[in-house]
Amino acid sequence: MPSVSRPLSLGRRATNLCFIVLSGLAATLVLAPLAAIFGYLVYKGVGSLSWAFLTHTPRPVGEPGGGMANAIVGSTMILSLGSLIGVPLGIGTGIYLAEFGRGRYVNVVRFTADVLNGIPSIVVGIAVYALVVLPQQHFSALSGGVALGIMMIPTIARTTEEMLLMVPNTIREAALALGIPQWRATLQVTLRTASKGVITGAMLAFARVAGETAPLLFTAFGNQFWNLNPNQPTAALPIQIFAYAISPFDEWNRQAWAGALILIVLIVVAVSAVRIVTSRGSMANNA
Amino acid sequence: MGVGIEVKDLNAWFGKAQVLKGINIKVAANAVTAVIGPSGCGKSTFIRCLNRMHETNPDAHLSGSVQVGDIDVYNPGTDAVDVRRRIGMVFQKPNPFPTMSIYDNVAAGLRLNGYKKRHDLDVAVESSLRMAALWDEVKDVMKKKSGSSLSGGQQQRLCIARALAVQPELLLMDEPASALDPISTGKIEELIFQLKAQYTVVIVTHNMQQAARVADNTGFFLMGKLIEYDKTEKIFTTPSDKRTEDYITGRFG
Repeated sequence: MPSVSRPLSLGRRATNLCFIVLSGLAATLVLAPLAAIFGYLVYKGVGSLSWAFLTHTPRPVGEPGGGMANAIVGSTMILSLGSLIGVPLGIGTGIYLAEFGRGRYVNVVRFTADVLNGIPSIVVGIAVYALVVLPQQHFSALSGGVALGIMMIPTIARTTEEMLLMVPNTIREAALALGIPQWRATLQVTLRTASKGVITGAMLAFARVAGETAPLLFTAFGNQFWNLNPNQPTAALPIQIFAYAISPFDEWNRQAWAGALILIVLIVVAVSAVRIVTSRGSMANNA
Repeated sequence: MGVGIEVKDLNAWFGKAQVLKGINIKVAANAVTAVIGPSGCGKSTFIRCLNRMHETNPDAHLSGSVQVGDIDVYNPGTDAVDVRRRIGMVFQKPNPFPTMSIYDNVAAGLRLNGYKKRHDLDVAVESSLRMAALWDEVKDVMKKKSGSSLSGGQQQRLCIARALAVQPELLLMDEPASALDPISTGKIEELIFQLKAQYTVVIVTHNMQQAARVADNTGFFLMGKLIEYDKTEKIFTTPSDKRTEDYITGRFG
């Protein structure tokens, strides 16, 4: 029998090295488009960024200056409303699917969530237009929030379900054996154990809808002026960027680049803020 | 103070398969009772029927009656959650809550039942950790370190402390030391011996030497039936049933 203590043959070492290099290359290739997009945005947009851009509302075409302040605030408002709707409903659905669902109804819910996930955003926008805007007889940030919230639900529900299913059953049993009611055990033990993954799912959904333009076209509609009333048409960054980008005016095109840069920065800031806040209270890092 | 258990005609099924057949047993208060038997004989199912954990499995059902102290466990009017609060359970594999600190783990049973007073929790946590012989090892780090950062033996003692913190009347242990090394096992056995004064303990074990060391009474299960139940000394020296004798002499199982 050949000795197993001799060093690895040259062929095996070469193959090993080859795969390490290939996987490193794959990782770099993944980062490259991200770096390219961000880099190009910075290159094109940073020139038009200024304090005025962040604090002024749009000027009529032809006049220099102006900014997207109302769109920044408007997007924040619409995304907050959307999260208020999407996150609780999504997590609740996920909890139902993972913990309480039995039988055929569960499959129906899961299937519905998957189908909802695949509906084009513009169709969601038209649907919310028919369901919220028409009865109310006006566009509003609220209807925009409803549209975005609906789009967040399937992603959050499915990731919450996956994360909860990864919690070992022994944890649930330990909680129940302590004499804790089922609902409390699910919320304060099982969900808490899965919280990191659930929050990641919520942030993924948030980042996805933050850039959605189509549903907002029929719901929030956009606004050239300040608006803090959720029941009125409201400006939003994606809408503003879209309107400026396809316009024939250079000034507006430049501002569109700046707006796109701001949008990305805001998403990154929001997601990082959530990460920092939630990891501070977590014990999972103290093992 | 510990309570006695009286089980009458207990039958348990998982779906169509019957795992417990006509169990009748009276467990003494303030004593340690061991449940021994080969794999698959129904020992774990038996103790899970005592604190209504058996029914957490969707296919499970049972018949018969279980009386723990003054509670009729399977009376339709009895609240399962209440039963489980009065009966503590320690599982085979240590299962501390991973996202909680050591302190929070021990306090979990109390906190999640609505007790919020800081002082009360501190007192309960300290006394439970002392009883579990873990206090000296963790008292400085219990609020900072997570439950899963401890060694296996310490984790199991943490789970015991967690179960004791809610002051149960009965403590059920499902092979608590089977995943542990001999030294940790020894510490747990010592602990069980000390708990006897205040609690009734039922311990499932596949380790007959452990049963002989720790238990006052022993019940031998085989294929869902309780074959023999008597003082530990008698079971291991002069068993009445041939099957018991075969098992303890190692002829099978």
